[in-house]
Amino acid sequence: MAERVLTPKDLKKGMKARVLTVDETDELCPRLLELGLTPGIEFEVIKVAPLGDPIEIDVRGYKLCVRRSEVGCLRLVELD
Amino acid sequence: MKWGACVLLNLTDTPDIKKPTREHPLIALVGNPNAGKTSLFNALTGANQKVGNYPGVTVEKVSGWLNLEGKRAEIIDVPGLYSLSAISTDEEVAIDALLEEGSQPDLLVFVLDASNLERNLFLFSQLSEADLNVVVALTLTDVVKRELGEIDLVALTKHLGCEVVPVVAHKGEGVKELQQAVLRALEDPRVLDLDVGFPKIITDSADRIVEKVNRWGVDMRPKEARCVLLDDQCTTGDRFRDIPEIWSVVEEERKVVFGQHAQPKTIDAQSRYAWANKVKRDSYIPPSVPRGRTKTERIDAIITHRFWGVVVFLLIMYGVFQSIYTFAAPFMDLIDAGKSLLADAVGGLLEGTPAIQSLVVDGIIEGIGSVVIFLPQIMILFFFISVLEGTGYLARAAFLMDRLLGWCGLNGRAFIPLLSSFACAIPGIMAARVMPDQRSRMMTILVAPLMSCSARLPVYVLLIGAVIEPKFGPVWAGVSLFFMHFIGLAVAIPVVMILNKGWFKGKRLPFMMELPKYQWPRWKDVLITVVSRAKVFLVTAGTIIFAMTIIIWALLYFPRGDVNLYEKEWVAQGNVVSDEAEFEHYSEFRQREDSILGRFGRTIEPVFKPAGFDWRLTTAILAAFPAREVVVPAMGILFDTGGDVDETSPSLKKSIQAAKWPDGSQLMTPWTAVSLMVFFALCCQCMATLAAIRRETNSWKWAWFSFGYMTALAYILSVAIQQIGKLFA
Repeated sequence: MAERVLTPKDLKKGMKARVLTVDETDELCPRLLELGLTPGIEFEVIKVAPLGDPIEIDVRGYKLCVRRSEVGCLRLVELD
Repeated sequence: MKWGACVLLNLTDTPDIKKPTREHPLIALVGNPNAGKTSLFNALTGANQKVGNYPGVTVEKVSGWLNLEGKRAEIIDVPGLYSLSAISTDEEVAIDALLEEGSQPDLLVFVLDASNLERNLFLFSQLSEADLNVVVALTLTDVVKRELGEIDLVALTKHLGCEVVPVVAHKGEGVKELQQAVLRALEDPRVLDLDVGFPKIITDSADRIVEKVNRWGVDMRPKEARCVLLDDQCTTGDRFRDIPEIWSVVEEERKVVFGQHAQPKTIDAQSRYAWANKVKRDSYIPPSVPRGRTKTERIDAIITHRFWGVVVFLLIMYGVFQSIYTFAAPFMDLIDAGKSLLADAVGGLLEGTPAIQSLVVDGIIEGIGSVVIFLPQIMILFFFISVLEGTGYLARAAFLMDRLLGWCGLNGRAFIPLLSSFACAIPGIMAARVMPDQRSRMMTILVAPLMSCSARLPVYVLLIGAVIEPKFGPVWAGVSLFFMHFIGLAVAIPVVMILNKGWFKGKRLPFMMELPKYQWPRWKDVLITVVSRAKVFLVTAGTIIFAMTIIIWALLYFPRGDVNLYEKEWVAQGNVVSDEAEFEHYSEFRQREDSILGRFGRTIEPVFKPAGFDWRLTTAILAAFPAREVVVPAMGILFDTGGDVDETSPSLKKSIQAAKWPDGSQLMTPWTAVSLMVFFALCCQCMATLAAIRRETNSWKWAWFSFGYMTALAYILSVAIQQIGKLFA
């Protein structure tokens, strides 16, 4: 299975992704980890706001809203 | 024992924490945002709440009293937390309230959202290591039953190691049981000590640190060592902060354990979430039939839809705005009528003593009136905010609007405070508390008064009607009215950008937030919010507004002029004394001119001359400080038509058109009218706004800052307009 690496810009409605690593040098990274976006976790993009940002994702059974710029420290791959 | 699980408690070897001695035990209610903390707090304390401020910050401190079978305990509602590493002032305050040495609570009631166990348990796992006595209140179990299955309470209790009490706060279910559990935990305190199971490589390393450090005679426990190993900012490691030797040992261990690619925080979070996930799997009994989309997902299909979501948003915001703008009006009229009735009645009784009569009628009654007049708007707005927040819509509104406001440094949640400020800045500023962090709250509060409030409208109507419309026609009158409502917004954008870049340095806070599950509004919680906001306004902002009204009254009333002298002047100008109404206006006008404020207006006339304002306009603006709406009657008195005028009075329009400078040139040119309107649109000439800023930011500094920057902006722009006008003339 070819896994496609994703950047925050690529996230679209209905897309599923897995977190590979979290860049700990980024100042927002601790909060993302605390909110459950740890390496290995999978999430689904539920919705994109009307102006393209922020996005709503379903992670660990709850809905989280993040700006695209805030998930830049996550290395993501797309899941089929 | 109801849940029969306390036997499983894992007691630590060293429960020797210095517990403060208190007359009444202190209980802290803590949990994730949206876990149902406030609802539970309301159910526990009822209306018995006190709203104050944490010292030195804008974070509000809500506390109340709990009656536990005759024993009283104080309970504080700690701001919502995602973790024990603070990234905002609010979180810092919340964490300090829980962990600061010497002020730790005697008991923690951890509010655990049953429908979101994993993320909630992350915080729980951190708190379980802080040597605290904990009882868990399990909320939103009704949502779980509906959507996710059943909760196995015995399994959950076993994992958490403390009592777990399910509650449905708004129905009162489980509240009594929770109180009993709280009482038990207070009488027989135990320290919760949970082991979430960190990788062996980490615990071994922590043991090595402990061994080395203990050899130096420093008492360190393995969990403390693990904490500092995984996180520099670890709160439990604070007591080792100033022992550099320890940190070099830790640094060494880090190199050994993590090598080049240090990922301590990732390991910490992964370990905790692995534990939380196991607890969740063990404690959920999944439904026999798989459920389809949840209620929340079905609602969100429309509410946050790209197109329909925006339509719904606009409709809701229109409704909110209309309500504070229009529906509050009859109540405000009623208050006004009541004030006049009272003033007439009391004024009649005090006929013999004009000074006292004026103090009571124009000072005290006016002062009380100008405080109470804000209540309808505040209460209506907080009714809506409370309903929108309680249902979960506010987070959606922020989701929809974030891009629109976010680019200049505001937050999606700023929409409601700013929109409300177009009706009145007071409820708008108070509404800034929907913002979860101090920085965005501050920024919103500082620009909210720039939005053109309804009290500015009469000035626009008067000046456009008297100067713009007769000269340029109704089309330009409409354009200028629109422009006046727009200018504040246009100015606010660069102000936010400058504040964002220059003033509030430091890291920008993330927008990240949960979109909570939809729920019906809890009317009891709504009522408590509305009443408590009204109370807070009356007590803190209200007293300031009242005091300032009295001061302005005195400045306009004293010193008393000589009526005989005014009469002589009146006659000398070729008038007849028998024309009583006309003389009344004249004497009122002369009294204003001779008052302290009038003289002050004359003294600073040169300052405002470049903007095209004479002493009358200057004094009218100064006199409008207690409330913007008095500017029109004040102009009535100063332009010699008496105070009994409104913005559409032909007599006032005429005398404004006819007003001249002493050199005979026309006072109110179109440029001056625009300059005056712009000044009025941008200046912070409203003491109620300043009192509200003082209340919400908990400091006079920000109130004066708002006054200063807005006055400066207003002055610079109106001088610019007037001077450009002169070039064209």
